[in-house]
Amino acid sequence: MSTALEHPTYNYKVVRQFAIMTVVWGIIGMTLGVILAAQLVWPELNLGLPWTSFGRLRPLHTNAVIFAFGGSALFATSYYVVQRTCQTRLFSDKLAAFTFWGWQAVIVSAVVSLPLGYTTTKEYAELEWPINILIAIVWVTYALVFLMTIKQRKTSHIYVANWFFAAFILTVAVLHIVNNAAIPVTPMFSTSIYAGTIDAMVQWWYGHNAVGFFLTAGFLGMMYYFVPKQAERPVYSYRLSIVHFWALIMVYMWAGPHHLHYTALPNWAQSLGMVMSIILLAPSWGGMINGMMTLSGAWHKLRTDPTLRFLVVALSFYGMSTFEGPMMAIKTVNALSHYTDWTIGHVHSGALGWVAMITIGSMYHLIPRLFGRTEMHSVNLIAVHFWLATIGTVLYIASMWVNGILQGLMWRAINADGTLMYTFVEAVEASAPGYFVRLIGGLFWVTGMLIMAYNVYQTVKRSEAVSQQPMPQAA
Amino acid sequence: MNNLWGDSLPGFWSAWIIVITLGTIALSAWLLFANRRTDKQPDAEGNVETTGHAADGIEEYDNALPKWWFQLFVGTVIFSLGYLVLYPGLGNFAGVLGWSQEGQWEEEVARAEERFTPIFAQYQEVPIPELAKDADAMQVAERIYLNNCAVCHGSNAQGGYGFPNLTDDDWLYGGEPDNIMMTLNNGRNGLMPAWQQLGEENIENLTQYVLSLSELEHDAERAEQGESTFMSVCAACHTPQGTGNIALGAPNLTNDIWLYLAQGQTVADSIRQTLRNGRNGHMPSQTAYIGEERVHLVAAYVYSLRFSN
Repeated sequence: MSTALEHPTYNYKVVRQFAIMTVVWGIIGMTLGVILAAQLVWPELNLGLPWTSFGRLRPLHTNAVIFAFGGSALFATSYYVVQRTCQTRLFSDKLAAFTFWGWQAVIVSAVVSLPLGYTTTKEYAELEWPINILIAIVWVTYALVFLMTIKQRKTSHIYVANWFFAAFILTVAVLHIVNNAAIPVTPMFSTSIYAGTIDAMVQWWYGHNAVGFFLTAGFLGMMYYFVPKQAERPVYSYRLSIVHFWALIMVYMWAGPHHLHYTALPNWAQSLGMVMSIILLAPSWGGMINGMMTLSGAWHKLRTDPTLRFLVVALSFYGMSTFEGPMMAIKTVNALSHYTDWTIGHVHSGALGWVAMITIGSMYHLIPRLFGRTEMHSVNLIAVHFWLATIGTVLYIASMWVNGILQGLMWRAINADGTLMYTFVEAVEASAPGYFVRLIGGLFWVTGMLIMAYNVYQTVKRSEAVSQQPMPQAA
Repeated sequence: MNNLWGDSLPGFWSAWIIVITLGTIALSAWLLFANRRTDKQPDAEGNVETTGHAADGIEEYDNALPKWWFQLFVGTVIFSLGYLVLYPGLGNFAGVLGWSQEGQWEEEVARAEERFTPIFAQYQEVPIPELAKDADAMQVAERIYLNNCAVCHGSNAQGGYGFPNLTDDDWLYGGEPDNIMMTLNNGRNGLMPAWQQLGEENIENLTQYVLSLSELEHDAERAEQGESTFMSVCAACHTPQGTGNIALGAPNLTNDIWLYLAQGQTVADSIRQTLRNGRNGHMPSQTAYIGEERVHLVAAYVYSLRFSN
């Protein structure tokens, strides 16, 4: 990066690095998703090779989109937001650079080790112990850089976006370390220190909080900066942000057992997971309301600003999936939806609709500013990307709803003599059209990401020297 | 000593769970009510004044919590407390309804048994050859077969690699009603020992001899040499004629039916592999899974397959 782009006060270099890698990993992670979707339509596409089989590529896809794409986006935006809202440079440029290269090293290790078949078998925590140690070191460094920057702030208040980022960083450190506690056996094999049901419970305490803190709290931090910025409107309600922030982080911790309904987990733990998931509805919606209502008085901007459209539609999908989640946590609903494609659809309405769209909207705001421009190379291409992403998401989740409910009903259907009406394979056969529609949805998404990459490339190529911006006015 | 994760917790842990659960819910409710009121009045646009601080130019209004959202929050808290009174959740307190997932399961199984057992029981006394011709019974039996047996033997019952075809007249353990019932009730373990110690020369000769038994293309000279080895090593189970023995599950080697013929593999290669490494076939007993009544029906279904050919 040319030094002409250096900001006099802030460290933009690490933000630029993470922002570019967000786009790169987004394309890679989503392409892997499309390959997997295609394998479910045409199983021969696993090529008969162990390295390209579904079981090995699937964790690579989830790691790539959550930790590589989502993680890079969170690093980029949190480093940007904490500097701009605290009016101070990052605590340490060297440590920030370490978090960038360390995080990329983690991802590259995943890209190598997962196709080779190394896995702890814990969902969203498949990486083996040496990589886990590297993650822990990078993450603690990240916490140090972020929190020390807040400590050195030149403003009296800590802005709400930073509460969410801080909560996400601290909690993910705890989750990662506790869930991955293991006894190393060989350089690439370890066994969990927990056994049986406790292992499952720890795993889903981690798993659901990975959703709650990594994919929700972190991205709400992003939302709280980029929505009011792009809309140029004040945040709707400070007190709402207080209530929903504390309620969200307090209650999310309890929701994990809803992944283990009707299992060996004791009844009381299942019930607690269910009721806390239901209480979680209002705190989750608090974020959506605060984002949406921030737009009051600025709704007309949606007509001309596709970046703002990304942010607002992200909030809509966030609202939808945080309604769907508590519903699916109800035992009776879960008895139908569990183990079906409905769950995959639910995850993607959050992952594509919320996480990816809020990220993309934020990147379209952020990237031109990082490279000394006021706007992306082409606003029209942002609009094209917006429609591809929206239609892709709808195709994806609608097909998975249909498949999920179809599977749930077929599995439980019985004949008059009590025998099952359908064999398992008949439910798989019936799912094929849905898998095809899902593949189309995925292709829409990857096409959109490639357009984004082109737009970003053109923006960066023509970037001019950053104007020597004065310090933003003090509060 | 009680197990922490059992349904009966030690007193302390039960109390601990109750306290932190109700504490969390109470804290959420307090947070909500404590921030409910704002004394600031909205302006013409409906917004109240900002908090006064700005972060990178972003200001914050201090609007009141939306009423419907407040009510939604309160509603979920009330629902949850109600649920925890009715259902297990608060430590060892089992809930007023006395519900448990184990109880729900037992109830559903009992209900199903009561409803469906008579349907299967009516066939219990009908002899298998007769039952195999009863179309209604066979419809029920086919469903049981598809959900329990098809995963190995195929939905068309023609088997696959290592899994016998049930539609032909070649039976490893016999195809009479008693044989089939024996297989279903007790399972079968088919063992072909490995004969690597005979040496490659002998294995090749035996292979050619076995090929000759089914009148397949073979090396006549080697087959002749293999015959004597066959008589001393193989004939004990497969009989001197090579026609097999259903008491042992030793396959008939004269009918050109090969249980372990992989796709794209030649019969000769399959025989060599069998001789070198042996084979281990396992058919699990079904009685424990589906019960005697359904086993009887499945046996009749398997018996009936001969009529469809």
